[in-house]
Amino acid sequence: METQTEEQIEERQVRSTGELMAMVEALVFVADEPITVRTLAEILEEDREAVQAAVEALRSEYDDRESGLQLREIAGGWQLATRTELHETVRKFLRTKPSAKLSLAALETLAVIAYKQPVTIPEILDIRGVQSASAIKTLLEKRLIVTKGHKETVGRPMQYGTSKEFLVHFGLKDLSELPSIEDFEDLVQ
Amino acid sequence: MHSSMTQQEPEQYSFDFFGETAEIVAESRDELKLKIGQFAGPLDLLLYLIRQEQANIFDIPIARITDEYLIYIRLMKNMDIVVAADFLVMAAQLIEIKTKMLLPREPLTPGEDEVEDPRQELVDRLLEYERYKSAAEMLYERSTVEQAVFTRGPIESDDNNAEVSATVFDLITVFQKILSRQKEEIAMEIEREEISLADMIKTLRKRLLEQTELKLLEFFEEMHSHRELVTAFIAVLEIVRTEGVNVIQKNTFGDIILRKTSA
Repeated sequence: METQTEEQIEERQVRSTGELMAMVEALVFVADEPITVRTLAEILEEDREAVQAAVEALRSEYDDRESGLQLREIAGGWQLATRTELHETVRKFLRTKPSAKLSLAALETLAVIAYKQPVTIPEILDIRGVQSASAIKTLLEKRLIVTKGHKETVGRPMQYGTSKEFLVHFGLKDLSELPSIEDFEDLVQ
Repeated sequence: MHSSMTQQEPEQYSFDFFGETAEIVAESRDELKLKIGQFAGPLDLLLYLIRQEQANIFDIPIARITDEYLIYIRLMKNMDIVVAADFLVMAAQLIEIKTKMLLPREPLTPGEDEVEDPRQELVDRLLEYERYKSAAEMLYERSTVEQAVFTRGPIESDDNNAEVSATVFDLITVFQKILSRQKEEIAMEIEREEISLADMIKTLRKRLLEQTELKLLEFFEEMHSHRELVTAFIAVLEIVRTEGVNVIQKNTFGDIILRKTSA
C-alpha cells in the first residue's frame, strides 16, 4: 500500500505548478461556458485541491500583470473574460451596443423569484401588488427563469425558479452570492 | 413638496414622467402605459408618495396619501385594465384603512392587547416590497457591470446538467422546424382520414410504452399533414400535462426526448 501511495505522489509531482496552470488555462480558454474545478480535475486527473490552487494562482497572475483578461468564478465554474474597464474598446471592435435592459417590472419579478424560489405567480403578486404575467413571459423567453414543477396546493400552480443563465447574466458564482434579502432593510424612514 | 397642496392644482402631481423611461424596455404596449410614471405597481407608487411627503413609513398620513394616490390614478388614464385593477384594489384598501382610522377606537376590554393599527398590514407589505425593489436595483446594477464583460464565445446555458427539462419554447422550435419541412414536402395533398386528438394521445401513449424514450422530432416526422402535426403537438402537450411524462433535452440544441417517469 505504502509504495503505491508513494508512486501516486511521485506521478503527480511530475507536473509542476506552472504546467498545471498552463493546462488549466488552455481548458478554460476552449470551454464555451464556465468550467468547474471538478471537470478540470477529471480531465487532468489531478485532485481538486491541486486544480483549485492552480486556478487561484492563474487568477492572481492575470490580476497581477493587469491583463486585458480576467479569470473569474461564475455560475459554479471558471471563465475567461475581458476586463470590465475595457468594454468601450471591445465594443468598438464588436460593434455592439449594450443589449436591451430588462424592464422595472421584469427586474422586480426576477428579484422575487430569485429570493423566494420556487415561487408561484400568486405569491409574486402578493409581494409586488401587481400582475406579473408579461414579466414572467419575458423572463422565460430570456431563459433567466425556468419552471420548477407544480405546487401541490389548490389549482396546482406552476412554480418558478432562476436558471443557470441567470447566474451568468448577473455575474454570480451561485445563488448564495446574492446578498441576503434582510440586508435590504435600510429604507425609507 | 408641501402639504399645502390643493386639489385644484393637479399639475403639482404631474411627476417627472419621462425621467427614467429611456432606460426602460416594455414587455408589451400595455405595460408601457403603466410605466409612464416609472412605477412598477401600486406599492411602488405608494412608496413614492410617502417619500414625496417625507412621511415616516411607520406613521403614514393615510388621509393625505390616499388623496394623492387617487389623484394619481385619475391621471393614469388609458391604463391596461388588468394593471389598473391592481391599482384600484390598492385604492380600495387605502380608503378602507382611512375609514378605520376615522372611527373612534373601542375602549380596551380587560385582558385584550392593544388594537392593531389599521395601517400595520400595509406597512408590512410596503417594507417587504421595498426590500425586493432594492434587490431588483441590485440586479440591475449587476447586469450593467456584466454587460461590460465579454467572453470568448457564446455561453450556452445549462450545458453541464446532463438533463435539462425542455421548455415549451423548445417544443415550439421543434414543431416549427417540422412545419417548415412539411411545407416543402407537400406537393400534392391527398384526402385522408383525420386522426382525432384522443386517438393521437392513445398512439403516443402506446409508443411511450413500447420505447421508454421517444424522440420528439421522429414522432412529429411521422405525421402526414399539418393537421396531424398540430394534433400530435397538442397530444404531446396533453400527455406531458396529465401523465407522468417528462420532456428532456440532453444538451443544448439537442434532440428533445419524451420519457415516461418511473413505470
